[in-house]
Amino acid sequence: MEKKRVGIEVSLAVAEAVKLARAQVVSAYPITPQTHIVEELSTYVANGELDAEFIPVESEHSAMSAAVGASAAGARVYTATSSQGLALMHEILFIASAQRLPIVMTVANRSLSGPISIWNDHSDIMAERDIGWVQLFVEDGQEAMELTVAAFKIAEDHRVLLPVAVNMDGFILTHMIEPVIFPAQAAVDAFLPPYKPALRLDPAKPVTMGPVGVPEVYMEAKKQCEQALLDSKAVVAEVLKEAGKAFERKYDLIETNGKKKAKTLFVTMGSLGESVWSAVDSLNEDGEDVGQVRIRLWRPFPEQEFKKACKDAKRLIVIDRAMSPGSACGPVAQELKGVFYKDKNAPEIVNVVAGLGGRDVPVADFKEMYRLAKKGKLAKTYTLWGVDSNA
Amino acid sequence: MLRDIAIDFEKITAKNTPKECMISSGHRACQGCGEILAMGMVTKAAGRNIIVANATGCMEIVTSPFPQTAWKLPWLHVAFENAAAVGSGIEAAVKVLHRQGQIKKKPHVICFAGDGATADIGLQSLSGALERGHDMLYVCLDNEAYMNTGIQRSSSTPWGASTTTSPAGKQSKGQHTQKKNLPLIAAAHGIPYVATAAPAFHLDLMNKVRKALAVDGPAYLHIYAPCPTGWGLAGSKSVEIARLAVNTKVFPLYEVIGGRFVISRKPAKPQPVLDYLKLQRRFRHLSEKDVAEIQRSVDASWDYLERLAKATGKGEE
Repeated sequence: MEKKRVGIEVSLAVAEAVKLARAQVVSAYPITPQTHIVEELSTYVANGELDAEFIPVESEHSAMSAAVGASAAGARVYTATSSQGLALMHEILFIASAQRLPIVMTVANRSLSGPISIWNDHSDIMAERDIGWVQLFVEDGQEAMELTVAAFKIAEDHRVLLPVAVNMDGFILTHMIEPVIFPAQAAVDAFLPPYKPALRLDPAKPVTMGPVGVPEVYMEAKKQCEQALLDSKAVVAEVLKEAGKAFERKYDLIETNGKKKAKTLFVTMGSLGESVWSAVDSLNEDGEDVGQVRIRLWRPFPEQEFKKACKDAKRLIVIDRAMSPGSACGPVAQELKGVFYKDKNAPEIVNVVAGLGGRDVPVADFKEMYRLAKKGKLAKTYTLWGVDSNA
Repeated sequence: MLRDIAIDFEKITAKNTPKECMISSGHRACQGCGEILAMGMVTKAAGRNIIVANATGCMEIVTSPFPQTAWKLPWLHVAFENAAAVGSGIEAAVKVLHRQGQIKKKPHVICFAGDGATADIGLQSLSGALERGHDMLYVCLDNEAYMNTGIQRSSSTPWGASTTTSPAGKQSKGQHTQKKNLPLIAAAHGIPYVATAAPAFHLDLMNKVRKALAVDGPAYLHIYAPCPTGWGLAGSKSVEIARLAVNTKVFPLYEVIGGRFVISRKPAKPQPVLDYLKLQRRFRHLSEKDVAEIQRSVDASWDYLERLAKATGKGEE
C-alpha cells in the first residue's frame, strides 16, 4: 500500500502521535510559550476522537503536578511545554523521575528569559539536564511524531519506568509544515500495548508514594534512580530499533553522516543537525575531510556509542545551542570533554555556541566554522557565534 | 450562584460512629496534635475507598518516614504547593480508567494540606482545581502558621499571634495582618460545598466529610487544627481550645451549600475571647486593649457571617 505523505505542522503531527498512543490524561498549560500541540489534543477530546481527560491547568507547575498524580493513579499521561513553562515545572520534574512515573512530555525547546524571547535554543532543557528523565532530541517532523509514540513504550517498560522528554526545536521545528507519513492505528496498537503500571494508587492495595527520605535512605534512593536511568539505554536502543521496524525508518542513539572516518566531525543535537548535514555534504563535495555525529539520546548519555562514532576523529566541532555562563564551554561540549578526559586518542574539542534566541545559523556559517577550525582559529574555550570575533 | 443542592449521605451519630481510622498509631505527631486528630476523623468518616494527595508539611513528615508509613490508604505526596493539582490528576485518571473499565469502583480523592500550603504557596493550585470542578475533597488543616519548619507566620495566622517571623516586640504586637478567609475564597469559586469544622465537634466534622464526599464536584473543608507546640499550649488542652475557638466565635462552624451559608453552631452564651486567648503563649503579650480589639473584630466577623446566612438563606430570595 502506498504510504500517504501529509503536509502538516509538526506540533499537530505530535498531537496526532499522542492520539495514536491513546494517552488517557493530558494535563497542560498552553502558554509559556505556546505550541499547537495541546490545543489540538483538546480538540480531539472535545470531538470524541481521543478518550482522555484533558486537564487545562492554571500553570505548568500544576501541569506536571497533575501529570504526576494521574500517572501515579495508573493512567497513560502526556504533557507538553517549553521555555519558561519548563522552568516553572523544575521542582516537580525531579519528583516525577524519583517516583518512577512514565510520563511523556514534549519539550519545544526555546530560550529562557531574559531578555524575553519566544524563539528557539536549548537553554530551557539544559537547565533541566539533571532531572533524571530519559531525554531524546529529534530533528524532523517524521521523527518527532514517531519518537513521541516510542517515548511511551520506553517510559512504560518495566525495566525503565521513568519519564521521557522528547525535545524538538521550538518554532523552527514545532511550527513548520513538514511532510509526515502517519502509521495506521493498528500498527501503533501492535507496537504500543496498553500501559500496565507496576504500582498504582489503589484502595484495594494501598501504597505510600513520596515518603520522607531520611539520611539513611536518601542516597540509596538516588542511586536506584540513576541506575534505572543508566539501564534505560539498552531499552531505548531496543525500542528505537522496534520503532524503526514498525514505522519503516532507522533510529540509533547516535547517528553519523558525511565522509567515513573523517578527521573533523561536527557534533549536533536537534534540528540544526539538518543544516550541518547540508554543510557537510557540500564540504565533502569540495573534498574536505569532514563528517557529522548527531546525538539523539542525551540522557542517559550513550558514551560508548558516541566514542565509537568518533574513533577516527582528530577534531570535534561541537555545536551548542545554550550557554553555561561562567563555565569553560557550552553544556554539550562540557559533556564531551568529560567523556574524553584522559583518553589517549581524545580528539581536540572546539565549541561553538550558536543560534541562541532564534538567531538563524545558515549552512554557510557551518562551512565557515569548519574553515576556522581547520586553521586553528576557533577559540580554545568556546566561540559565541556571530558575537565573538574569531580571526 | 445560589442553588438548592440535596445531599444524600449516611449520617454519623454517636451510635454508629465509624471506628476504623486509616492512619495507624505510632506516627510521629506531637502530643495533642489537632491536625492528626482531625485527619484521623476525616479518614474515619471517609472510609476505605479513598486516594489521598498530601501536601508537604507536618502531616506528611510524621506519617511517612521511609521505610515506615502510617497510611492504610493509597497515599501520594509530591510537593508543598500542589496538593490540589496532584489531586486533579488523580481524579482525572480515576475518571478515565473507570470509564474505560480498568477500575471497577471509583475511589474518592481527598487532598490534605496545611494553612501555608493552602493560603499561601498553594492558593493558585487550589483555585485552579476548584475552578475546573474536579470531583474531590480538599481539606485544609489550619494550625495558623508554618509549624513544620518552626512556627513561621502564614497568611492564616491571626492578628496578634507571635510567631518566629511575626514576633511580638517593643514595636510589634506580633502578626499585624488579619487572618485570610480561606473558606470564603473557596466559596467564591461557586463550588457545591464548603464547610468549616473543628475536632472538638467530631460528629459535626465527620458529617461534613460525608456531605463533602457526597456532592458532585469540588468540596472544601477548612478544619481548625490546634497546635500545642506552636501555640504554646498544653498538649492536653488541644480539644478544649478547639471547643473554645468555636464557643468564643473565634472560629465559627458553618457550611456553604450551593452558595447558601448555614451556621452549624450558634453558641447560646458566647464566651469572651479572653478565655480562648489566655491559654496560649502566642497571645500572652497582648494588652487588655488588644484583647478588646480582637473581641470587636470577632464580633464583627460573626455579624458578617450571620448577614451572609440571612442573605443567602432560602426565605430571603
